[in-house]
Amino acid sequence: MGPAGEPIEAVFREERGRLLALLAARFGDLDLAEEVTAEALLAAVETWPRSGVPREPLAWLATTARRKALDRIRRDATLATKLATLHADADPARRAEPVPQHEHIPDDRLQLMFACCHPALDLDTQTGLTLRYVAGLSTAEIAQAFLVPPATMAQRLTRGKRKIQHSRIPFRVPGPDELDGRLGLVLHVIYLIFTEGYAATDHHDLVRCDLVDEAIRLARILHRLMPGEPRVTGLLALMLLTDARRQARVDGHGIAISLEDQDRSLWDASMIDEGTGLATQALTDHPPNSWSVQAAIAALHDEAPSAQETDWHQVRLLYDELFALTPTPVVALNRAIAISWHEGPQAGLDHLEALAGEPGLARQHHWHAARGHTLARLGHHAAAAAAYRRASELAHTPAEIAYLSARAEKYATPR
Amino acid sequence: MKYMLLIMGFRDGEGMPQPPSSGAPSAEEFMAYQKEIEQAGVRVDSGLLDSFEDATQVQVNDAGERLVTNGPFAESREFLGGYQIIDVPDLDAALDWAARCPGAKYGRVEVRPLAEF
Repeated sequence: MGPAGEPIEAVFREERGRLLALLAARFGDLDLAEEVTAEALLAAVETWPRSGVPREPLAWLATTARRKALDRIRRDATLATKLATLHADADPARRAEPVPQHEHIPDDRLQLMFACCHPALDLDTQTGLTLRYVAGLSTAEIAQAFLVPPATMAQRLTRGKRKIQHSRIPFRVPGPDELDGRLGLVLHVIYLIFTEGYAATDHHDLVRCDLVDEAIRLARILHRLMPGEPRVTGLLALMLLTDARRQARVDGHGIAISLEDQDRSLWDASMIDEGTGLATQALTDHPPNSWSVQAAIAALHDEAPSAQETDWHQVRLLYDELFALTPTPVVALNRAIAISWHEGPQAGLDHLEALAGEPGLARQHHWHAARGHTLARLGHHAAAAAAYRRASELAHTPAEIAYLSARAEKYATPR
Repeated sequence: MKYMLLIMGFRDGEGMPQPPSSGAPSAEEFMAYQKEIEQAGVRVDSGLLDSFEDATQVQVNDAGERLVTNGPFAESREFLGGYQIIDVPDLDAALDWAARCPGAKYGRVEVRPLAEF
């Protein structure tokens, strides 16, 4: 336990992540890295109260963990063969290396992220490994957040670790040829963690809400390590600008509130400031990418005093741009909604109806809810009620179902 | 680290998986690849298999009786066309060689690490 009675790992969370990454990159073995990281932290807890905190705590921890790893390799012949490439490291002469200064210790978390999000692993495993090893969550926490039994998550992580080790997935930032696609996978995993948590914020599920914070934390680490990468900046901006509305998204009865009806004074101004700054940065001197354009759209919403006063013309243009970058039915749907605000409900409805044949959309509550909304604005109440009813049947979270049912009820009642 | 690249082809027919490109790799393409992999000094072993139509299956039952049948396993949509065993530092290097293999264009290449004992 740490000074305030917290578990050691919580006190040293940042250091733990960096240490683990450093050792994983060095030895190519997550199990070994994890074990010696824990041992080094324990050694710190035992010795620092007596000897005082060293001038370079991370360097002290890194040196201690590395020695423990080398000792273990020397004792364990099988491990030594497995890590044959590292024999040179076990050379006693090299153990006398001077303790590096903090700023010279590489932050290998980027390498670790690329290994955890390697395309040779499936998406569930990528997500689990990233949360476990980069974010430092426990297996039980991840299992709870993703609503799977702890044993299932443990098995998934073990298989993933095994594959990294057996097929020797490198802990390395991919070269320029590969970087673009590989970074896309890392960003996708982080955003998936975010959306998983964000969906949960609707029903006050605090454990799952943590995923939102974890995703933002991961994006911050990535942004610190790749400050000039506009996709990373865009993703961080998008998440901040979306999460800024957290307090206003659900009412006291757990019913979702649409963007239009949210109390905008509850939105987090400092997150909006930071997010807007990052979105601008991501779009300045860089061609637009899907993350930075989505962030720009979120920024326009966040800066508007009301739905009516939103710069819908600009939002629509950005959706045109986003559709050119990622022509998906969901983007087309959001573009149709922007058109319904910019040009009027009839134009919006026309665009929505044109999407009726999209196989993915007809089964999504968003499309039906958007139809209900435009139909209601046009005064077609019975049709709006039917659309909202269908949307409520397809929605997933209790907050959304409650909101959509209430809408259906409202328009079904003859006035 | 040794990896085997299993060069898989798809059999023609209804509902069969479609290769990324139609047609078959030419002998020249494979020769060029073979030369490249040899010059890079990563090749351990390689082989090209004769037509899957010439395959013969052998199974031995509990009584120790041998069951020999003609042809490839009927339900299998894919066939092994050849292999490369390479020795490279890590999976990414193995994936690079797999991607360069002409078989990746006309079928798929499965990359498997060789088990270490």
